Amino acid sequence: MRGLLTLPGDPAADGAAPELAGRRLELDPQVALRPEPFGALAYHHGTRRLTFLRSAELVALVSTLGDHPRVDEALAAGDVAPALWPSFRRALAALLASGVIRDPEAQPSQR
Amino acid sequence: MTPKPSPLSDELKRGLDAPICLTWELTYGCNLACTHCLSSSGRRDPAELSTEQVFTVIGELHDLKVFYVNLGGGEPTIRPDFYDIVDRCVAHGIGAKFSTNGSTLTPARAARLAATEYVDVQVSIDGADAATNDAVRGDGSFATAVRAMEHLAAAGFGPFKVSVVMTRHNIPQLDRFEALANRFGAQLRLTRLRPSGRGADAWWHLHPTNDQQRHLHAWLLDRPEVLTGDSFFHLSALGGALPGLNLCGAGRVVCLIDPLGDVYACPFVLHDEFRAGSVLDPGGFAEVWRRSPLFVSLRQPASAGACASCGSYDACQGGCMAAKFFTGLPLDGPDPECVLGHGEPALAGGAPGARPRPAPGHSVPIRLGRR
Repeated sequence: MRGLLTLPGDPAADGAAPELAGRRLELDPQVALRPEPFGALAYHHGTRRLTFLRSAELVALVSTLGDHPRVDEALAAGDVAPALWPSFRRALAALLASGVIRDPEAQPSQR
Repeated sequence: MTPKPSPLSDELKRGLDAPICLTWELTYGCNLACTHCLSSSGRRDPAELSTEQVFTVIGELHDLKVFYVNLGGGEPTIRPDFYDIVDRCVAHGIGAKFSTNGSTLTPARAARLAATEYVDVQVSIDGADAATNDAVRGDGSFATAVRAMEHLAAAGFGPFKVSVVMTRHNIPQLDRFEALANRFGAQLRLTRLRPSGRGADAWWHLHPTNDQQRHLHAWLLDRPEVLTGDSFFHLSALGGALPGLNLCGAGRVVCLIDPLGDVYACPFVLHDEFRAGSVLDPGGFAEVWRRSPLFVSLRQPASAGACASCGSYDACQGGCMAAKFFTGLPLDGPDPECVLGHGEPALAGGAPGARPRPAPGHSVPIRLGRR
């Protein structure tokens, strides 16, 4: 399966995902998300990093993460087939590592 | 519903709904007269966009969700409304990066910049010492730039950028540029010399030798933290792609707005042939980006032409359109600085008179006498 996202200059993490299923995550407020035919571009105004999200389902998931208390509830609310959840969790792990999404509790309102 | 199968580069070549970023030259005015100036700057043009016109375009870029703009010139900071423009961008969620020769960067200005989020500053030098730099940028320009860097560092601005155009005279100074940037806690940014503007003439004696290009490539591979603005994708033919998108983004993911509001495919092709339209046209910038015949054609699959039989075409994509254009080479042939040496015979076969000339520009005439 192809990667769901591409981080220029930095190979997408493809290993085992850390346990994300039960965590609460959200789009970082400093990230601008722009729809594109292939999915979306995400630009982080703080780190100045550009990330390519290459699936409409991933874009929908990232946009709605913050509305759900757990990652898997966000997955369940979308239309991603359960068999694909592991690959989506891996993509989220890479997005967490690159700062596109964040754990709201791990970073209490700092600029 | 599965992820898309095509390589990202194919999708980018078909063009984005809006640019990722764009270069916006706000004025032709400049107190320097660098020999390689892409825009042949010097005098301001009375037809430069007014503050209100600039603000209107910023509103459009906001609606298009353009992530950031690279403000330049000329020397953009000589516009009296320059920092109003920066503030307007930031207020609209558009990151503002600007290039400056440092001449207006006082300690007070550096302090104000340090207090502004989402602003990046690039101070340009073209040599690691005054002799090398000033030969290209003019007497005193090195000292001025270093003073500006001192002010930024003292104000606690953070990692500003030291921006250098690579020439055959400064590639031997790469380690010294790195040391200079480190001294100020700055990031080094290296970009490619293009034969555009006044650089159309200067390129012939300033562009790096092939051995220097190989050295630069190896040096950059060892230093992924050095920024290049995706400038050196033609070096990918050496094997080992540099960080970045590694493709020509002209009219696909980037473009340029000139001081008069004319929109060009990239900062290096200020020539009628690559003018897509104007922000003042009906429909504004968005219409030019989406539907100008030039940009639509740049998003069509390109022929590899004379490079089709070269095994490195997929890596270098034939190099830089602007470098080919202004050196008189066919756009579907090798880059004049092809690292595999295919550019040199092509250059040798061309007649100088057949090369396209850049627009006359805004160079300040040389005065031979004093009154």
